[in-house]
Amino acid sequence: MNLEQIHAFISQPWPWWMGGVTIGFTLWILFRFGKEFGLSANLRTMCAADGAGDYADFFAFDWEKQGWNLMVGLGALFGGYIAANYFGGDGMAHISQAAIDTLNGIAGKEILTEGNVPIVPGSTIVTTELDPFWSIYTWQSIFTLRGFIIIVGGGFLIGFGARYAGGCTSGHAISGLADLQLPSLVAVIGFFIGGLIMTWLFLPYILQIPY
Amino acid sequence: MKMFKYIVVGFIFGFGMWKLEAISTFRIIEMFHFQSFHMYGIIMTGVAAGLVITQLFKRGKVKTFKGEIKTFSPKAKTWWRYIIGGIIFGMGWALTGVCSGMMFVLLGAGYTVFVVFLAAAMLGTFAYGFWRKWLPH
Repeated sequence: MNLEQIHAFISQPWPWWMGGVTIGFTLWILFRFGKEFGLSANLRTMCAADGAGDYADFFAFDWEKQGWNLMVGLGALFGGYIAANYFGGDGMAHISQAAIDTLNGIAGKEILTEGNVPIVPGSTIVTTELDPFWSIYTWQSIFTLRGFIIIVGGGFLIGFGARYAGGCTSGHAISGLADLQLPSLVAVIGFFIGGLIMTWLFLPYILQIPY
Repeated sequence: MKMFKYIVVGFIFGFGMWKLEAISTFRIIEMFHFQSFHMYGIIMTGVAAGLVITQLFKRGKVKTFKGEIKTFSPKAKTWWRYIIGGIIFGMGWALTGVCSGMMFVLLGAGYTVFVVFLAAAMLGTFAYGFWRKWLPH
């Protein structure tokens, strides 16, 4: 295999079982270093680093000891940069036809077609102009009520919920379940209850807010 | 550099999450509509790999690079925080279609508007730390 073939091989969409390979590798290495896998802990660290310890004891801890986890976050940032820009393939999310129909149903118009669903609902990387309905992760969008609710509201809920529950998808759904922790199973069931409530009851209406 | 190795781990994780489309809002909506096995496959194989790895480390079959046995701290057996906190997190996950790890990946991919998402997430974390005493755990 020459370099071009290797590049093409990596650039194609990865099958789901690669999740096991990627996550397994991440856990293996972090455990070998004697660490844990949990990315939302970084939010607490960043609050502490900004001096939040003056306002609540929860942030008064030796945050510099968490520096390694910030580096994992920084690495994920670089990984996103390289993957999106150099190994992006067609830049599409290869979702099912059923999901495309659902999304078009929410939008009320046929915007997305098979093989033409950008991986991210914003238009930084995908060159073709996306219909503004799905142009959400953009600076223009944040100044609309809809974009503000989706980005700021979602961010707040994730930050609040992750610390309240003591972990996020990596800490509970992966590490906690892998360690057969009953509290993590309860948290993951909570994630799904919350996710289903939002997806089915609120999101279709939030997306209808004029933008 | 002592910290460099952690950047490498994060890099591979972030790269993989992008290629697996786990950072895609559309994948998250699809998952909560049960319209594809993809996301469940990622989580299930991730947990399956994690189960084996955790057991290997717990039983001392594999040790840390320092030669020590890795310890795992059990989570406190209370329930309210996991139920309520979990539901709140899940609602945020589905609202933006992004969880805490994925925001770093998206930021790196060029969606710079995620600095606002990150700031909001820090604000949420701060709000929890501030109101912690009054919340049921």
